[in-house]
Amino acid sequence: MKRFLVAALAVFAIAAAGAGSAPAPDDRAVAHLLNRIAFGPRPGDVERVRAIGLDRYVDEQLHPDRVKDDGVRARLADLTLPRLSAREIVETIELPQIEARRERKQQANGGDTGDSKPPNPLQQRANAIVVELSEQKIVRAVYSERQLQEVLADFWFNHFNVDARKGRDRFLIGEYERDVIRPRVLGSFRDLLGATAQSPAMLFYLDNWMSADPAGPQVPVRVGRTFQGRRIGRGDTERAALQRNRAKKGLNENYARELMELHTLGVDGGYTQKDVTEVARAFTGWTLETPRQGGGFTFDRRLHDPGPKIVLGHVIKGGGGQSDGEAVLDILASRPSTARFIATKLVRRFVSDAPPPALVDRAAARFRETGGDLREVMRTILMSPEFRSPDVYAAKVKSPFEFAVSALRAAGSEVVAGGGTAAPAFDAKGLVRRVRDMGMALYQCQPPTGYGDTADAWMNSGALVNRINFALEVARGDQPLADALGAPEFQRR
Amino acid sequence: MLSRRIFLKQGAFACVSLGFAPSFLARTAYAAGAAPRAKRLIAIFQRGAVDGLSVVVPFGEREYYRARPGIAVQAPSGDDGAIDLDGFFGFNPRLAPLAPLWKARQLAIVHACGSPESTRSHFDAQDYMETATPGVKRTSDGWLNRYLQTRRDEHATPFRAVALTHQMPRALQGPASAVAVSDLAHFGIRAGRGGADAGASFEAAYAAARDRVLNGTAHEAFDAIRMLQATDVARYEPAGSADYPRSPFGQALRQIAQLAKADVGLEIAFAEIGGWDTHINQGSIRGQLANRLDEFARAIAALVSDLGDMMEDTVVLTMSEFGRAVSENGGGGSDHGHGNVMLAIGGGVRGGRVYGACGDDRFPRCLRRDRRAAPRRRESGVDLPGLRHQPDEISRAVRVGAGAGGWGLAVTCRAILSGSPLETPCRAALSGSPLETPCRATLSGSPLETASPSP
Repeated sequence: MKRFLVAALAVFAIAAAGAGSAPAPDDRAVAHLLNRIAFGPRPGDVERVRAIGLDRYVDEQLHPDRVKDDGVRARLADLTLPRLSAREIVETIELPQIEARRERKQQANGGDTGDSKPPNPLQQRANAIVVELSEQKIVRAVYSERQLQEVLADFWFNHFNVDARKGRDRFLIGEYERDVIRPRVLGSFRDLLGATAQSPAMLFYLDNWMSADPAGPQVPVRVGRTFQGRRIGRGDTERAALQRNRAKKGLNENYARELMELHTLGVDGGYTQKDVTEVARAFTGWTLETPRQGGGFTFDRRLHDPGPKIVLGHVIKGGGGQSDGEAVLDILASRPSTARFIATKLVRRFVSDAPPPALVDRAAARFRETGGDLREVMRTILMSPEFRSPDVYAAKVKSPFEFAVSALRAAGSEVVAGGGTAAPAFDAKGLVRRVRDMGMALYQCQPPTGYGDTADAWMNSGALVNRINFALEVARGDQPLADALGAPEFQRR
Repeated sequence: MLSRRIFLKQGAFACVSLGFAPSFLARTAYAAGAAPRAKRLIAIFQRGAVDGLSVVVPFGEREYYRARPGIAVQAPSGDDGAIDLDGFFGFNPRLAPLAPLWKARQLAIVHACGSPESTRSHFDAQDYMETATPGVKRTSDGWLNRYLQTRRDEHATPFRAVALTHQMPRALQGPASAVAVSDLAHFGIRAGRGGADAGASFEAAYAAARDRVLNGTAHEAFDAIRMLQATDVARYEPAGSADYPRSPFGQALRQIAQLAKADVGLEIAFAEIGGWDTHINQGSIRGQLANRLDEFARAIAALVSDLGDMMEDTVVLTMSEFGRAVSENGGGGSDHGHGNVMLAIGGGVRGGRVYGACGDDRFPRCLRRDRRAAPRRRESGVDLPGLRHQPDEISRAVRVGAGAGGWGLAVTCRAILSGSPLETPCRAALSGSPLETPCRATLSGSPLETASPSP
């Protein structure tokens, strides 16, 4: 019954409509807060937050480093892959895999066309990377005390989206989320932007690592020794990219375009195709050092276009090398359109699908005043009357991930990562599949736009059936709980 | 097979007892009376880049054998050779189940076709194939979904567009309603301890919700469940001799046939089959690739035989993100290439022909040019795509692929090819088929329309 009440509180509308059990008005405000800056209330959360007060809870969550979070660390102990660095992953998984493939290929010359592929443990381990990372994401969202940080890690990963299925990116996204995104979600936007720009995950995903000055000396993009003539990963993307690069010998505008359209200015942010080309030129030479060995960012002068560039009217003098790209990021991060674009997206995520214009104005202004201090922008949003207004209670449809996590939290379910569990606990691996069946494959959103953040992005009949079935599964036979978790109100936050 | 009329009776009965009036009743009733016979498209994606030269083999071309000493399929002769189609092209013998369709002129081949975008990343190429905007990554909806949006149908049922996959494929993602379901028998509310009532109580809760988005979606979902229940989904018997492989792909096609025959308003169906990325030990008439082809062909043949007369109003279209290099590699396999083969099967298809610029006397030249480029190829340790670097007729051939491919059809019939020699064959291949209009609708106003180079 207790769990039902938590679920009901999370969807206070039901309880309010039901006779006799309507929560106090301030409990609705608490539940609203927990639905937005956390993945919904767990049993006891509402009481705790009520006791310390909304503002203090918000302030606590704005400083995740002050919130003790040992519990979640223990729960993640059995997941080894998400803790590895990209270099370690390359050394323990990718290189042995390439080596094994090379041997198979040599053996294949004997004309043996046997059709049965033996199960390949290396391949399985490579596939496990994304699964373990997804398990990790679920466990953190369910158990971390730093809830706002997790909500924001989800938001910013999606903002700077990278798809694990693109070639080697699955080896890189763990580090990307852990070291690039999560530590910076309440820091400076410019810092976050710069870190994504230099991340191997993004350099691969949007192809900048092989973008070169077409008039340059035409050195091949460095790929490291073990690469030559061998197949890489299932996607073969790297070699394909290299071939393309050789064929075209040139500039790749992918990153430059998405940097402006999706990461900073927004599609109506006032840039032209000419700006895209100029920005792409500035970022030539931002590449990877020995990607085959898990090497990180490096600037390769031989790929760089040393000429002057004009970006959004600003002149970047020639000969600056790596600093050309930094100059572009400075320009973009300080544009008013960027402040507005980021403010709009945050308000849409935290407040409403129809972001209140006055709040967007204030959040954008705060962004500009503070030089893009994301903690202050968040504070402006979370302290605003628009955010606290009952008008926006339950205004958002939960994404499949938010729905699944909030149901597990409301039910007080036990989630175990790394396998070896049995009912009534939930194996995180199974949960990853459930979330996929609701239409959201974690870390596998194909377009750089990331997943949509409005109601229409998530609702289709097949997905809804899966949501209701998930509610039944989480309730484990507790009918009032199943009704509460499967209710239309619980699809909202 | 349960006809729409029988279903109406049963469905109406079910609804009275539940107290809800499903909107699809009105829709299907309308459709049964007034609408012309429904057309269906079944799109099949071969993920991983199938080697088209091993599917439809240019056995009449010596270059093919020079480039592929280890993996070529031999010319027609006895059991081991290709199945002769037109004296120049032949099917891989593992495609034997499809040969009768070729003879009956219900199967057309478009060869040496592919995207105008030159990427050889599976990831990007599939993306472009499914969004139908080659070179543009941030297109949010797929080409099949754009078709649904463009051709709004107020009488549409929840099963108008169905992907027999776990995840909604990119081609069907977008604002228009579509269902992804990997197993029809499990599409429904699982009975908890509350038994079968669980579904009814949720249905009531959602029907009472003032929430327009959830309310509408739930309405569709429960309609869909009831439609399936009425078809007795678990006990489907394919018609006659249809023998589907037990593989996921075979079962996906079986369920597509089941939906089509259940008369639930299916217009677009999507299925996929993987395992084509044969860099190593590809084999020719036996081996990895041959086994995949065997499954592929048997499943499609079963589908066609199962649908029977309904194939008159159905087109099955197969596609893959790109083809494989003409020359085999050092590991008995083939590397990423460009142009590829597509199959179109159905009553409206002008079959029994190989379409495409390389589909006749130009084909040998494609291969010969590839051979001339061979030294460079060895130096770089990889194969040339075969068809990509040829400027004139080949690049046009490649665009035929765009035409017949995922984003297809309208490109073919409209801007890119208009006035070119290719326009006519492509139009002919699809004229009168359900594909002609969808594709035209899909692309109009899209970047492709304007981005098309003049022929």
